[in-house]
Amino acid sequence: MPFALLKYGLNNDYPFEKDADLPAPTALKRRYDVVIIGGGGHGVATAYYLAKYHGITNVAVLEKGYLGGGNTARNTAVIRSNYLTSDGVRFYSESVKLFQELSNEFNFNIMYSKRGQLTLAHTDSAIRGFRQRTEVNKHFGGKTELIDPQQIRELVPTLNMNPGHQPVLGGLWHMDGATARHDAVAWGYAKGATQRGVELHQLTEVTDVIVDDASGTVTGVKVKQGSAEQIIECGCAVQAVAGHSSLLAEKAGFRLPIVSYPLQAMVTQPVKPFLNPLVSSPAFHCYVQQTGRGELVFGGGSDPYPLYNTRSSLELKEQLLAHAVELFPFMANLKLMRQWAGLTDMTSDYSPIMGLSPVKNYYLDAGWGTWGFKSTPICGKTMAELVASGGKVPDLIKPFGVERFSEFRQVNEMGATAASH
Amino acid sequence: MKIMPCPLNGPRNISEFVYGGEVTPLPSVESAPDKAWAEHTFYAYNGTGVAREWWYHTPSGYWFVAERHRVSDEILRTYDPSELPSDESTPDGETC
Ligand SMILES: Cc1cc2nc3c(=O)[nH]c(=O)nc-3n(C[C@H](O)[C@H](O)[C@H](O)COP(=O)(O)OP(=O)(O)OC[C@H]3O[C@@H](n4cnc5c(N)ncnc54)[C@H](O)[C@@H]3O)c2cc1C
Repeated sequence: MPFALLKYGLNNDYPFEKDADLPAPTALKRRYDVVIIGGGGHGVATAYYLAKYHGITNVAVLEKGYLGGGNTARNTAVIRSNYLTSDGVRFYSESVKLFQELSNEFNFNIMYSKRGQLTLAHTDSAIRGFRQRTEVNKHFGGKTELIDPQQIRELVPTLNMNPGHQPVLGGLWHMDGATARHDAVAWGYAKGATQRGVELHQLTEVTDVIVDDASGTVTGVKVKQGSAEQIIECGCAVQAVAGHSSLLAEKAGFRLPIVSYPLQAMVTQPVKPFLNPLVSSPAFHCYVQQTGRGELVFGGGSDPYPLYNTRSSLELKEQLLAHAVELFPFMANLKLMRQWAGLTDMTSDYSPIMGLSPVKNYYLDAGWGTWGFKSTPICGKTMAELVASGGKVPDLIKPFGVERFSEFRQVNEMGATAASH
Repeated sequence: MKIMPCPLNGPRNISEFVYGGEVTPLPSVESAPDKAWAEHTFYAYNGTGVAREWWYHTPSGYWFVAERHRVSDEILRTYDPSELPSDESTPDGETC
């Protein structure tokens, strides 16, 4: 074994590098069976499962920037399934299961790291809400418990149990909570998809969606590469563009019940490992976690008003960090290293919009707001099923259709999502 | 800190204010169908132009209107709701 390793180390022909890269870009074809707009995790996962499970490979993923450069690269990588509604928990639980197998499936390490997520309750009503979430979770096979302050002290000895005069009364301990390396998820899916024949076109923006007026069916998209524009025909199209969902839908001729807000996050300098679980406090609008490199990641809710802009703002930082320092006072001495923002497509019930759209053969994967990284695998899988079946909506995503807004059938996940993602 | 020019209190830190959604006409309580209410409640302007928005100054309990650019975040105009134009010369917000 050591000899093999030595030989391997001295070998110029490094075996993994050959297939580590994506294929070199080719010219766009005139027509594809499926066009996927948006090369984030959701777009490439859809392409991957189309090729892998349904043998559909005449597919182009069109990305205006670079692979996974949108919210996929900007999120804080929380993976969990402790939502509130049955529809939500069922859906996210499937995603967590898929995540656990991804490194093996890709033969590429996505650094899936299960550490558990702890959400803090500072009021009696929060405890009641947690009790309900615990039971719904257990019902769908998740590992979630309501724990008391003593158990919290043991899990997170550094936590201030009396922050800002709002003592910690209990916690929702979600043992399935995890993180993964978000870039690797996008790369793994893109690699798997392109190896099976899917084309990924980066620096390729969709500037218009072409809909046949008489039949109301999508027939193609107009794309822009540099200054050159051309029309590509398609059998069907999927839009998975996160914060830009409303703008693309408008090009296809319809509106969405979505408003886009910036969501900011930041990390500190690295310190020794001391915090294993992901800790979140909805009352304090903030969550904290330590990365494998030792940095502390801070995040909270979206900005307080809508904007198409990924600037960072002082007021959000002041508010978020004041809360984080209440929870972990010694963090006041740490220096911030980086800050960034993404554009989140928020729905009023904090659930996604998936499935059919008012345009025939034009499918939606939108409204992922601040909570869509964890759903990347299951979105890809269900969207692929939807496309392959020619528009038969899989049961798992039926509750998330856009028509729920005009029928007053919301899937209310607000309490389980707002400051935890 | 970003500054909001409040029509009542003058320029103040934006953290003193709460965003209250898009200014849209209320559907008729008597006759509007469910669909119109769904539209009013869930489908807000989400374009890249100027939106007309409700804002609230928390310390003084005062609601007013701001016209704000949804990409540059520039606040172009703020005024008391009594000055809301009744004609059709609306910013982008109300037409989409
Ligand atoms: C700061 C932050 C923290 C977050 N934390 C979490 C978390 O902890 N857990 C969690 O589950 N979720 C989290 N999220 C949400 C999560 O990141 C997103 O919901 C998820 O990544 C959406 O994936 P996507 O592939 O749909 O979108 P994206 O990765 O944004 O991909 C969409 C792509 O579409 C492209 N695009 C847009 N318009 C066009 C066009 N016209 N033509 C071609 N391409 C176009 C964009 O360039 C982009 O690359 C967070 C988000 C942010 C911003």
